[in-house]
Order: sequence, then C-alpha cells, then structure tokens
Amino acid sequence: MSSITNPAGAMPAAPDTEADAVTATAAPRRAWRAWAGVALLLLVLLLLPFLLKNYRVFQLTLVLVYAIAVLGLNLLTGYNGQISLGHGAFYALGAYIAAILMDRYAIPYWGTLPAAFLACLVLGFLMGFPALRLGGLHLALATFALAVAMPQMLKWKGIEHMTGGVQGIVLAKPEPPFDFSLFGVELGADRWLFMFTLGIAALMFWLAANLVRGRIGRALVAIRDHPIAASAMGINLAIFKSLTFGISAAYTGVAGALGGIAVAFVAPDSFPAFLSLSLLVGAVVGGLGTIWGAVFGAVFIQFVPNIAEGVSKSAPAAIYGICLIGLMYLAPTGVMGILRKVFERLRRR
Amino acid sequence: MEALLHQIFAGLASGSIYASIGLALVMIYRSTHHLNFAQGEMATFSTFIAWWLIEGGWPYWGVFVFTVAVSFAGGVLLQRLVLRPLEKAPVLTNVIVFIGLLVIFNALSGWLFDYTIKAFRSPFPRDAFYASRFLSAHEVGAMVVMLCVLAALYLFFRFSSLGLAMRAAAQNPESARLVGIRVSWMLAIGWGLAAAIGAVAGMMVAPIVFLDPGMMAGILLYGFASALLGGIDNPWGAVVGGLIVGVLENLLGAYIIGTELKLTVALLLIVAILTLKPDGLFGRTTVSRV
Amino acid sequence: MPRLLEVRGLEAFYGSTQALFGLDFGLAIGAITALLGANGAGKTTTLRAISQMVTVSGSIVFDGEELVGKPTETVARRGIAHVPEGRGTFVALTVEENLRLGAITRRDLPAVAADMQRMYERFPRLGVRRHQQAGTLSGGEQQMLAIARALMLRPRLLLLDEPSFGLAPRIVAEIFQIMRQINREDRVSMLLVEQNAQSALDISHEAYLLETGRTVRSGPSKDIRLDEKVRRTYLGM
Repeated sequence: MSSITNPAGAMPAAPDTEADAVTATAAPRRAWRAWAGVALLLLVLLLLPFLLKNYRVFQLTLVLVYAIAVLGLNLLTGYNGQISLGHGAFYALGAYIAAILMDRYAIPYWGTLPAAFLACLVLGFLMGFPALRLGGLHLALATFALAVAMPQMLKWKGIEHMTGGVQGIVLAKPEPPFDFSLFGVELGADRWLFMFTLGIAALMFWLAANLVRGRIGRALVAIRDHPIAASAMGINLAIFKSLTFGISAAYTGVAGALGGIAVAFVAPDSFPAFLSLSLLVGAVVGGLGTIWGAVFGAVFIQFVPNIAEGVSKSAPAAIYGICLIGLMYLAPTGVMGILRKVFERLRRR
Repeated sequence: MEALLHQIFAGLASGSIYASIGLALVMIYRSTHHLNFAQGEMATFSTFIAWWLIEGGWPYWGVFVFTVAVSFAGGVLLQRLVLRPLEKAPVLTNVIVFIGLLVIFNALSGWLFDYTIKAFRSPFPRDAFYASRFLSAHEVGAMVVMLCVLAALYLFFRFSSLGLAMRAAAQNPESARLVGIRVSWMLAIGWGLAAAIGAVAGMMVAPIVFLDPGMMAGILLYGFASALLGGIDNPWGAVVGGLIVGVLENLLGAYIIGTELKLTVALLLIVAILTLKPDGLFGRTTVSRV
Repeated sequence: MPRLLEVRGLEAFYGSTQALFGLDFGLAIGAITALLGANGAGKTTTLRAISQMVTVSGSIVFDGEELVGKPTETVARRGIAHVPEGRGTFVALTVEENLRLGAITRRDLPAVAADMQRMYERFPRLGVRRHQQAGTLSGGEQQMLAIARALMLRPRLLLLDEPSFGLAPRIVAEIFQIMRQINREDRVSMLLVEQNAQSALDISHEAYLLETGRTVRSGPSKDIRLDEKVRRTYLGM
C-alpha cells in the first residue's frame, strides 16, 4: 500500500461506491439506520453538557474544534495524498482573524466564521499552486517550515498594532442568546458555545461527507492514487489540488476561529509547530481517508496529553511520543482501520 | 565594508553547522528515502549529555569523543529497534514515528536536564591566536571541526570498504544483497553516523546560541534548507548549500529583514527552492516512469 | 554423485500469486545446467527463489545446507553469485568499484587484488574503462561487468538470468564463450536461465524445461537439443 502517490497509505474510499452498486435495494434501509444513529448521537450530545461540569464541557468543545481542524487536514492528506505539516498556520490564521474582528471591529463571534473560512480558502488555494510542484516529502518539509516559522511571524513588530504582539488578544466569552436550564443546570457561556460549535461541526461534517462520497471525492482519490491516469482522463490536476488545499485550509481556519472564541485568547505562542504536528497525528491516529476518523483523532490529541501527564508528571510529552510510535506499530490505519477490521470480522461470522 | 565581511564570515561559520546537519539529513535520506524530522532533537539531547559530563568535571575532549561514540551507538540502536520494522510502511507512518521521536527526545532533554538556558563551554580559548576581527576563536574552531568531520566522511565513503558497501546499499539495495551486503545494518550505521554528526554540530553550536531543549529547532530548519538547496541526495550539495544558507541568513537578517524574522527567512528559502528548483542546485532530476 | 544444489518441492509466491508449483531438480558439481522455457514459465522466479528474493516454501539444499528462510545476503555469502535480470549493476559507481563490491565479503585481500587483475585480463574492455561510471558502459560491457562482479565472489555456483538479453549475436557468442571458459578453468558450476535456447543448449551439460511453474522435461542437453518434438513445442526451434 506504500507508494509515492499514496504516501499516507490511506484506505481506499471505494467501499462506499461498491456498497451503492451492489446493495441497491438494501441502500434505503442502511441509510435509514445511519440517519437514526446520527440523530441519536446528536441527541446524546445535546443532553450531555448538562450532566457535566463547565470545564469538561469546555474540553468537549475543544474536541469538536480539533475534529473540524483534523477533518480539514484529512481532506488534503488522507483523501488527496498531499502531506501537510503546517496546518496549524491556518488554524492560527482563523483564530487571529476571529480575534481581530471581534476585538478591533466589534463583529459578533458568529460573524467571524465566514470571514475565517473565506480568508483561509483563498490563502489555501493560493498555496496550492506552489504545492503542486512539490511531491510527498518536499511538501511536508515546506509546510513544516511554515509551522516552525509561524509563531515568529505572529510576533513581528510590524503588525503588532493588529495582533497585539507577544501578549496577543484577550477576548470576551460570548454569552448565550437566551436563558435556558435543564436538570437544574444553567446553559451558560460554556454550554452555549458547545452547542454552537456542535452545530457548526455537524454542518461541516455533513458537507464533507457529501463531498467525498460523490464525483469530487472519487476525483480526489484518483488524483491521490493515480495522478497521471487521472490527468489523462481529464481531471484538471492543478485546479483540483489547489481547491482541495483551499477547502482543507478553510475547514481548519474555521476550527481555529471557533477555538479562539472558546479559549477567549489568542497569542503567538498558542500556535507552535507542535500544533501542526498534533493535527497530523490526529488525522493518522483517527484514520486517514475517513470522515469519522477526525473525531477519534481529535479525542486523541485533546485527551492523551492529559493522560500522559497523569502517567508521568515530569515528562508527559515522552509518554505521548511513545504512544504515537506504539500506535504506528499496532494500528497504522488508525482507529477507523481497526473498527473496519472488527466490523468485517463480525459480518463474516 | 568591514561589517559586511564580518557578516559573511559569520555566515560561513554558522553555515558550516547547517551544512553538517544538512549532511546528516542527506545521509539518512539517501539510504532510506526518509527525512528524519527528529535529527535536531537528537543532536540537542547529545549536547545535553556532553554538558552534564563537562559539568561533572570530565575533560572536554574526552567528553567530546565519548558523546560522539554514544550518539553513534544510539543512532544504530534507534534504527534497529524502532525503524527497521517499519521499513516497508508508507511514508506518513514513518513521518509520525519521526514526530514521536522528536517529541520524546525533546521531553527527555527537558526532563533530565530541565528547561533553563545553560552556557556550554567552548574548547577554543577566546584569546587564541586564530581569533580575529571577523571571526571569534570559537567560530574558527567550529569551522575547522566541521571541515574535519566532512573530510573524514569523504575519505570514509570514498576509500573504505564499509563506505563503499554503504553507498552500494543506498543506491541499489537489491544488488547489494546479492553481493552479500547486510543492507539492514548499513542503514543502521547510516543512522549512527547521522546521530554522531548531529552531536558534533550540537556541541559546536551550543556555545554560540546557549543550550536549551529548543536549541536545534531553527537550526534543523536551516539544515533542511541546506540539504534541499544542494539537492536532497547530494552530500556535497548539502555542504555548499549550508554555507550559502548561512551567509544568506546573516546578510538578510542584518540588512533586510531584521533578526526577528530569521525563521521566516528559512521558510521562504525552502519554499522558493522547492518551487523554483525542486532538485536543488546539484541534485539529479528524477524522471518518473508512467 | 552428490549434487551441489538439490531442490525439492519448490513453491514460490509473489504476494498471494503462486508462480512455482513444486519444482524438483538438482545441479551437478562443475556442470552448466540450463533452465529453459517460454516467457512466464518461471525461470527467473526459480533463480530468485534460490537467492531468497521471493517468498518460498519447499527445500533448497546447497552443499548440505538448507537455504529456505535465510536472507538473500546469507545465500550470497555461502558462495552463490547471482547475475540478475537487468544486470543489477551499480550504475552510479565505477567499474572498479563494482568489482570491489563483488568481493566485499571476502577477507583474503591480496587474493582479491589478484582476482581483480585477472578479471581485467579476461575482460579487456572492462580494464580500459575501469574508472568509468558503470552506467556509461554499453549493454554488452555491462553484462560482462555483471558476470565479472559475480566471479569476484569466487562463487561455487553462478546463477545467470538471461545474459543474452538485448545483446547483439556477436556479443552473445563472446559472452557464452567466456562462460564456457570460466566453467572449465575455474570449475564454477552454473545455472543458466535463457530464452535463447540454442546457445544455452550448446554450452550446457544438462537442461530442464519449465512450463507455468512446473518441470515438463529434463535430461542431458545433447538429447534435448535433438528431440524434435521438444524443439518444436517448447523451444520454437
């Protein structure tokens, strides 16, 4: 499964189309079950915040934020085979755009999201063009350089008046638009933000799922696995790959904006190179080339560092690193890969 | 004029260090087609070991040799234990493992030796006869050391049997096996050499930038830029590339961009090289068969 | 008479595809044995199986030692030199470095130097180009280099995969002449895979005919050469 064109060894997205063709009659029943499952999940997620403390809700909000960010990266790296080690830059950009609009221009928090999306879409699309000439490792390297240089760029005195320099920008947490309580617990800022982020996340996941299941998704995978053949069949590689870069960046940018709003603070040192690496880790651990993998990946990057701290107070990052390496040995196709194997084994019985 | 010369010479001095990191990266790339993102952190860790021993009272050059030897052994072990099982895995799996190593070494440095900045001794006395207006004694010494390392490597690869075997294993592993070369071990030795070079680079750079766990992050980037500029599979290219990057960094930093955005310089360099001349100045153009 | 190489029930796989289905054959000491057959018959696979370059099951006993399961480099170190399909030259290295690599596992350095000299005498064209990059040599010269490199191992068994491939008839004749000479003078046993059945049968003592991974005929080469049916059906002669 290893090749230059599919550097991630991502799982083929074929199963969806095969299933559609073979089980035409079973499709409506399966779709109904899928929808029911998602509805149930959403219901649980809506009730859950009222059963948890504020801080836990905040952590769950961050999981949703990372899920959107990782999904963006997955579109680029998993489905389209372009490795990016610099997506933290788009995350930072989205966060700063939200912060500047909210702080300097008094734009409401929800208004910043389209701005972050558009800005990162355009920037990502533009970055897609030089990226066209860079294969696998070279692109990884260039984006890695972006990730490492980002904090320094954000601290630049030339734009300090906008970015707040090293100290960054402090934001106010958005209050819920109406009063509400359930099980005796107030809605409050944290829970409202969770709901809001959940809504955005659901929307973006649904859009992405539709995108990859259709012709565009197949085109993406074709470009990833057989670029020359794809090009020979009329897919305009340049446009497609750059668009993918743009959309991927836009997703991560929106995540960044949401993240900045949730944390209520942006500063250059909040977006170190490690963030970009974490996003990639999340994408691989969750399962490249899958939609739901982004959620598992987000859970990993949010909670495993905390767990690592529990294991070793003095060197939690070392535990994190060991986990990473161990996972590459045991589950190189990520959580989704393992789940797929388990389901297949159950189905065969 | 004098200031300009000073910048150029200082650029050559730091360039020699970027050149060696670039060389270490090229060595691993040539044999495995992987870029070791953890190279910088490994070098920092080695430098910390050296610092600890020197603080403990051991003589400098003894510590130097010991650290290089230990780093070599560490690199070999790392390849044998962690990387060999993943030789056939996709590129990204290896990238994640490198990230894992990066994180582990960084954390170990911080945990064992803490995060405060430390001064690292230079073995070259400040008032040595070779110190001048343009270059400090240490800068001269560092350049000479790096030159010796490069010369030793050249002689090793060009004339020794082991060097020949390693070159063969990197170029054509299947044919290498057919003449009886244990290709796997060649890879391990390559890793060992890269780790050893990194240790030397770390010990040469620490007196200049001071020692802390984040010491090598920017330098690693410059190392990448050097390797790319010279052509990622060309060791000589890495050397020339490193010198050019060093000089450019100093000149741009002093006269155009200012020292705050030095890493941005590295970034722009890398992107520019990759976009305009992806094979670098001396690399071989790869033709892909349809 | 004890056989130098004894193969029993050899099966070989490329991934999940099976290419050899239980081969049995033996190589006599000091003999040239030919492996013949059409494209895709499994000739190259057999050589690769001996060198453990593909997944193998069955038994391959070389001079009393089982080779199945050992890594390729160990097979080479036991004295089996393989000249692969496509020559396998180290194209970026010089002719001399290629020869040095052939002997890289040997400890007897003075003898190695002497052998190198002998190679240049036996293959004068290589001597002239000894410091040239191997990739710049002609096809025939690269084939000679590949054979010379294999001989630098002082092997007891030489595996040759289609040495005539892509070469002009005159060069082929020259190379086969050299092979005959090596076999007689240095007593090197050979297993020769060839599509050029005529030349192969001319210099070999024994021959095996393969078809889709199985042996269909075997015997002394002079008998096979004269067998009308075999010639027409399998060898297109």
